[in-house]
Amino acid sequence: MSKNLVIPIGPQHPSLKEPACFTITLEGEKVIEADIGIGYNHRGIEKSCESRNYYQALYIIERVCGICSHSHSTCYLSGVEKLAGVEIPRRAAFIRTIFGELERLHSHLLWLGVAGHEIGFDTLFMYTWRDRELVLDILAMLCGNRVNYGINTLGGVRRDLEPQHIDDIRRMCAKIEERNNYYVNLALSDATLAARLSGVGMLSKEDALKYGAVGPVLRASGVKSDTRRNDPYLIYPEIPFDVITYDSCDVFGRVVVRVLEINESIKIIRYCLDNMPDGDIIAKMPRKIPAGEVVSRYEAPRGEDVHFIKANGTDIPERVKVRAPSEANWHSMAHMLKGDYLADTPIIIAAIDPCYSCTDRAITLNNAAGSKRTDWEAIRKHGIEFYRNKGVDVSRILLPEKINY
Amino acid sequence: MNPLKKLIKWAQRKSPWIIHFNAGACNGCDIEVVDALTPRFDLERFGVLQKGSPRHADVLVCTGAVTMQTADRLKNIYDQMAEPKFVVAVGTCACSGGVFGDCYCVKGGIDAVIPVSAYIPGCAARPEAIIDGVVKLLSTLEDKKLQPKNPIVINSEKELADMLDEAEAAEENTETENFEENKAKEDNENA
Repeated sequence: MSKNLVIPIGPQHPSLKEPACFTITLEGEKVIEADIGIGYNHRGIEKSCESRNYYQALYIIERVCGICSHSHSTCYLSGVEKLAGVEIPRRAAFIRTIFGELERLHSHLLWLGVAGHEIGFDTLFMYTWRDRELVLDILAMLCGNRVNYGINTLGGVRRDLEPQHIDDIRRMCAKIEERNNYYVNLALSDATLAARLSGVGMLSKEDALKYGAVGPVLRASGVKSDTRRNDPYLIYPEIPFDVITYDSCDVFGRVVVRVLEINESIKIIRYCLDNMPDGDIIAKMPRKIPAGEVVSRYEAPRGEDVHFIKANGTDIPERVKVRAPSEANWHSMAHMLKGDYLADTPIIIAAIDPCYSCTDRAITLNNAAGSKRTDWEAIRKHGIEFYRNKGVDVSRILLPEKINY
Repeated sequence: MNPLKKLIKWAQRKSPWIIHFNAGACNGCDIEVVDALTPRFDLERFGVLQKGSPRHADVLVCTGAVTMQTADRLKNIYDQMAEPKFVVAVGTCACSGGVFGDCYCVKGGIDAVIPVSAYIPGCAARPEAIIDGVVKLLSTLEDKKLQPKNPIVINSEKELADMLDEAEAAEENTETENFEENKAKEDNENA
């Protein structure tokens, strides 16, 4: 009989940049069980938001994740603005959209590089990261920082686009589009890439829906779901763009979805530049936000980002809850790992584009769905009682009076 | 100085191998650290190479404020590295805790857990800043003795010169003693 081998990986490990611990049980070369230990990046962001006012909390929220910082801050702000009943100026919505799509551009290019690195294709890693610099240059030009842009503020944006910026963005879009067409061609026609990634990390359409996958992972399983289309925000209702799906249900599909989404993002940026209205970039916001609750949704590069905000009429939020996209994808990842080879685990883990700093939120279930919080002793008693009712009563077993060892 | 130590010092200056650890960062600085290794900035032209294992690395590049969960792990990784070793704190959070400084799950900057040789502030620290920090760290290696574990207080240049002389003399003595002992052992075995 073969013996199962348990391999612990992490928290510090060479493949990913962030700490996470994977306990992988192997039978031969195949993964039969994958256990994921996260929480190393838990800093207590949600709690610290409760002791800051809405402006200060914005800067904390922006630092939930360094890659999708604009997604988190926009998601948080659209909730707060909804509570306050303030509509942001149209020009500000355009600028937020442009930033959101620039972020998607650089995040997808970054992911493509990391995916290349995980399968030993380091040339792709270097290529995409070089191209990504073009996007970061634009971001640095527009807001002064390469990551954590700080462009958002309550009621609008802090900086306006100048005419010369628009020319620069157009030039960058042309260059990225040219480079991306090369990657699309590579993804769709390169035999080696297809051979390496096809059939790896399978996630069927049913499983994707069952485990609540979001973003490119869900779309690569053939589900046409995109918050920008399903529940549009900012100016997405009027923008023509395609929701990219692919139904190969494997890592290969996720590559294709992401490279094609880069082209869609460029399309959206161009639309925004063409149709940008003149006007203010910031609306007046009240200092105190009226009491109420709001759930706001945003399509981050990794999938749907959900923020819940509860206001109590003061200038300090009572509760801010962040449900980052990576958090939703963990469950499907644990499912994907099962049945694949150990050698495929790095690319399967990387394929959901995991972001641990997004994920590591603490959750306490308090009276969820009418249930009580139970402690260990209560569960133990429940277990004993449950099996006693089925006729298995261990306490009635009579032990021999004297046992000879 | 011992020729072997000279060689190690030369190699470290010419090709420091780094290991990157995220102690609870937001990802921004991590990406910038990796960015510094990619074609636009290309830290590899200074001989810097990223390694996966702490046992192979000379410089521990840390990002982010230290969370409760990573504090022990960070210490472990630092202990696994071979002497002489250096720690570079990249980003404001790594330097002081930054915006996360007063969060309940955060211990503070990297120096709350392990000694740090170079601080590179910024949110996020730009690749140019990271390169500048690493180059400055390397240039300190050139003209100073390797940093001792417990800092020594030196009052005058003469005191320093005496100390260095003493250290060298002590090294030479141990070497010659060892050599003589070994030779005596070999002689015994031969006999």
